[in-house]
Amino acid sequence: MAEIELKQIAHSYLKTPVRDEDWALKELDQVWIDGGAYALLGPSGCGKTTLLNVMSGLVIPTRGRVSFDGEDVTERKTEARNIAQVFQFPVIYDTMSVFDNLAFPLRNRKADENTVRERVHEVAEMLELEGELKTRARRLTADAKQKISLGRGLVRSDVAAILFDEPLTVIDPQAKWLLRRKLKEIHERFKLTLIYVTHDQAEALTFADQVVVMNEGQVLQVGTPQELFESPAHRFIGYFIGSPGMNFLPCEASEDGVRIAGQTVSLPESILEKIVAKEQKLELGVRPEFVRPASGTDRGSLETTIRAVDDLGNYKIVTCMLEGLEIKMKLPEDWALPEVKCRVNFNPRMIRVYADGRLIG
Amino acid sequence: MDKWEDNRAWWLVVPVFLIVAISAIIPLMTVVNYSVQDIFGPGQRVFVGTEWFKEVLTDRRLHEALGNQFLFSGLVLLIEIPLGVAIALAMPKQGWRASLCLVLLALPLLIPWNVIGTIWIIFTRPDIGLMGVAINGLGLEFDHTAAPLDAWVTVMLMEVWHWTPLVVLLAYAGLRAIPEAYFQAARIDGASAWATFRYIQLPKMRGVLTIAVLLRFMDSFLIYAEPFVLTGGGPGNATTFLSIHLVKMAVGQFDLGPAAAFSLIYFLIVLLFSWLFYQALQNVGTGDKR
Repeated sequence: MAEIELKQIAHSYLKTPVRDEDWALKELDQVWIDGGAYALLGPSGCGKTTLLNVMSGLVIPTRGRVSFDGEDVTERKTEARNIAQVFQFPVIYDTMSVFDNLAFPLRNRKADENTVRERVHEVAEMLELEGELKTRARRLTADAKQKISLGRGLVRSDVAAILFDEPLTVIDPQAKWLLRRKLKEIHERFKLTLIYVTHDQAEALTFADQVVVMNEGQVLQVGTPQELFESPAHRFIGYFIGSPGMNFLPCEASEDGVRIAGQTVSLPESILEKIVAKEQKLELGVRPEFVRPASGTDRGSLETTIRAVDDLGNYKIVTCMLEGLEIKMKLPEDWALPEVKCRVNFNPRMIRVYADGRLIG
Repeated sequence: MDKWEDNRAWWLVVPVFLIVAISAIIPLMTVVNYSVQDIFGPGQRVFVGTEWFKEVLTDRRLHEALGNQFLFSGLVLLIEIPLGVAIALAMPKQGWRASLCLVLLALPLLIPWNVIGTIWIIFTRPDIGLMGVAINGLGLEFDHTAAPLDAWVTVMLMEVWHWTPLVVLLAYAGLRAIPEAYFQAARIDGASAWATFRYIQLPKMRGVLTIAVLLRFMDSFLIYAEPFVLTGGGPGNATTFLSIHLVKMAVGQFDLGPAAAFSLIYFLIVLLFSWLFYQALQNVGTGDKR
């Protein structure tokens, strides 16, 4: 186990990167604390897998250093890095039994057979694979195969971290849930550093203590699931996390708040003082969960027109229009709604202000 | 809905039956017809039962040809399959070098078979051929028209040169189809190059290698044109393979009855061995017991 530090890592798959888009990873610094459970979240092609491969040594970064516990391993080969990786599709050795699959990393490292047997049985017990140790690996179901891939990482007692590259993509939902729980269990028992790449926010938010959100080769925010939900550091995260995404409303600063389409929303002093540069593009961000219909007398509520109501079982999404701007509300299913005109207000503690797409308060 | 049955769906299968009948069954039955009769000419025939089969099965010349044939096909598989896989492993994975290799390798496959025989006659001639002259220049006696061993070496060289590229192309396609994640996982598991080959590449090539073995077995077992042109089955009967023997019998001596009986036996041997190879390759290393 180890703390993994990435210093000014940047990577391009091209020989001579020129433009910004040539970089799969733009410069980033990141420390993965020993024993942490991290999720690396972002849309396809945002550089998640590249970042993972930089850590495991499958990709040598164009620039920057990788160190494990302060020791520089940038140039070190994958096999010498004590890192395990689980891929999107289960990688198993078809012709071997489950036992031999699990023993493979140890035998390659010339461990003696007693240790091998002991470790394999320990891991098999944890992954509930004991009954299948003698079966050929290729006869197992996808989720059992993925357990074997995971098991090959776990048998090595010296692994610094286990990296997961969207490991549950091909697993059916029921098994997915069980496997995810297993992962949490393993994390609690062994205090291993786990880094889990996914584009599924629900997966990321339930799995990790810390979520790292990436887009276009950059890390946008690192935080707990709650922080990402309540205070997205970037417009992109507001959209990407939560369903539906955050409402963003273009606005202008005024004395005690912001003006949106001619109506005023008052803001706390703490946010107001951060709005300084007038030339910036200001936006007010609020989650649909924190928008509620106002009773007629509420001050500071906005006059809107209801355009659509989508019933999604135990809650409903109400789309309101405010002079061409869309505001979505997420309401409990039994919430009574006015016919057409609806005044809405925002939970004042949950209003965020963005300048040029970045959170300022 | 009431379930009702009739046999009208069978009409849909009729075209297939017709095609198979014309392409395979009727010609084959003609051979069966010949194999049980002694035919002297139109309208002159005698039913002889299994006599031709008995004659053919006890024919010493045929045993010799069969021996040659198994030796030849065995050597072909033993040399071409490992060599083809080795070349495929050594080939560049992408870029213009890979394309160049593929084109160069495919060239022998494009040459008509009898031309191949001619090329090798000229190439190995002890008086003017590049290879023949070179070997004799080294002080070794080499003449494929006189020495049986030299004839065998020449036929094998020709065969390997001609058909190994097919194995290479199949193996190469099989190798390229392995997802990158397998190699990455192998690196993470600390697997050596040999272990990677043994546990990833070889098992993943099972499908293409099955095809390669079957094709090379059938083709080499049925080989005719190249050795016929190159050695004519000689010197003596040293390189007389089954099909050369068969043609001598059917066309040279016009023994249609024995030739037909022999054809059927020949066909069954190919069928049997292809089935055996297929079964063996499907099950090797899987631990499946039937």
